[in-house]
Amino acid sequence: MGAGHGHRLHYHGHSPIHRARPELKLLALLGFVLTVVATPIAWRPAFVGYLAALLVVVALSDVPATYLLKRMVVEVPFLVFAALLPFVSHGPRTDVLGVTVSEPGLAAAVGLAVKATLGVLASLTLASTTEPRDLLVGLERLRVPQQLVQIMSFMVRYLDVVGDELRRMRIALASRGFTARDPRHWPVIGRSAGALFIRSYERGERVHLAMVSRGYTGERQP
Amino acid sequence: MHVPDGFLDISTSVATGAVAAAGVGLALHRARRELDDRAVPLPGLVATFVFAAQMLNFPVGAGTSGHLLGGALAAVLVGPATAVLCLSVVLLVQCLLFADGGVTAIGTNITLMGMVAVVGASVVFWVLQSLLPKREGLVAPIAAVAAYASVLLTSVVFVALYAVGGTAPVPLDTLTTAMLGWHALIGIGEAVITGLVVASIVAVRPDLVHGARRVLKSRPVEIRTPGAPPAQEVAA
Repeated sequence: MGAGHGHRLHYHGHSPIHRARPELKLLALLGFVLTVVATPIAWRPAFVGYLAALLVVVALSDVPATYLLKRMVVEVPFLVFAALLPFVSHGPRTDVLGVTVSEPGLAAAVGLAVKATLGVLASLTLASTTEPRDLLVGLERLRVPQQLVQIMSFMVRYLDVVGDELRRMRIALASRGFTARDPRHWPVIGRSAGALFIRSYERGERVHLAMVSRGYTGERQP
Repeated sequence: MHVPDGFLDISTSVATGAVAAAGVGLALHRARRELDDRAVPLPGLVATFVFAAQMLNFPVGAGTSGHLLGGALAAVLVGPATAVLCLSVVLLVQCLLFADGGVTAIGTNITLMGMVAVVGASVVFWVLQSLLPKREGLVAPIAAVAAYASVLLTSVVFVALYAVGGTAPVPLDTLTTAMLGWHALIGIGEAVITGLVVASIVAVRPDLVHGARRVLKSRPVEIRTPGAPPAQEVAA
């Protein structure tokens, strides 16, 4: 399971990467990651080239390397999985640091780790150089169904509102002496989630009525 | 668990991408028919809820905790079509804005967590509800069973995808045992939490729960005329 998403990734800046058109950045990201995934892991120089290209983009973007490195923790569960691969795979055995592991498993683990790392770093670069609003504009220009983009824009807009609602509930619980320690406390958290759903749903209805009263008909206004 | 880049080979990723695109297209069409012009604000807010609900940590003990996946919960709360949309949007936002889950694996992630989990839960829920007595109190337990089934089903489909396009030569029986065993545990958490959340909503706003529509007793409006003694008013 991935970690929670507490904060957005966008890093304010005015670099050429920040200013590039969002649809181009999205296409570049997709093309880059598709190429990385399609490259056989035996072509080692190619991966060095990909990493170098990616690092050039990161350098151009003026986003501090530490900023990106800290946020690469989303990748940790897969690295753990990759680390397990050599031990559970079959095929000829080989010795690494005195431990017998599967040779194709080891190759696959290295491949997975390298490809996943390049993918995460490329995605992070996009997310940290593009405002969520611009990303949605980019998706729309790439002919992603408009309704889907609109739902996404609602989600992006209300993420902090609903997140804050959740935070207030947690503070209210904590100020009454509640600490969740084991499954006996699940009913309380379950009820919080239930209340959060009702509030989100009702907010959705209110927002819809407010939009209708301002002339919304289901079509996006130009 | 979000599938990262490089986990499945390129042809499998493209194939699941096509499946996901077709599924989302169908869900968009159906949601437009079900929700009319509410088809944007409501899924938007429900998607935000699913995203926030995934941030709620449920302590398991010994310092570890798990969180909800939400596919079955969304399916029971808002119906399959809207739930597919919500989960897909959550996965897209997590992929593009939070770099969680690979860009090339977005089709795989939407297919697994957005479609297999939601549709699987809906089918199990519908079948059980048809077989069992139509009682409001049974909505939450059935939702819990559907959540458990959806987690197991998702892990089975994941193993199947891996058998087709996996990049590591893991023996399939080992992988199947590991995935099913692990998800049999995760599923318990998902089932209990889904049941608790659905129960708490059915208790206060059963009209909002899509899965409770079939069992909700009709509640006719009672018109009371001023002056005449109220028929069944409890003294306050």
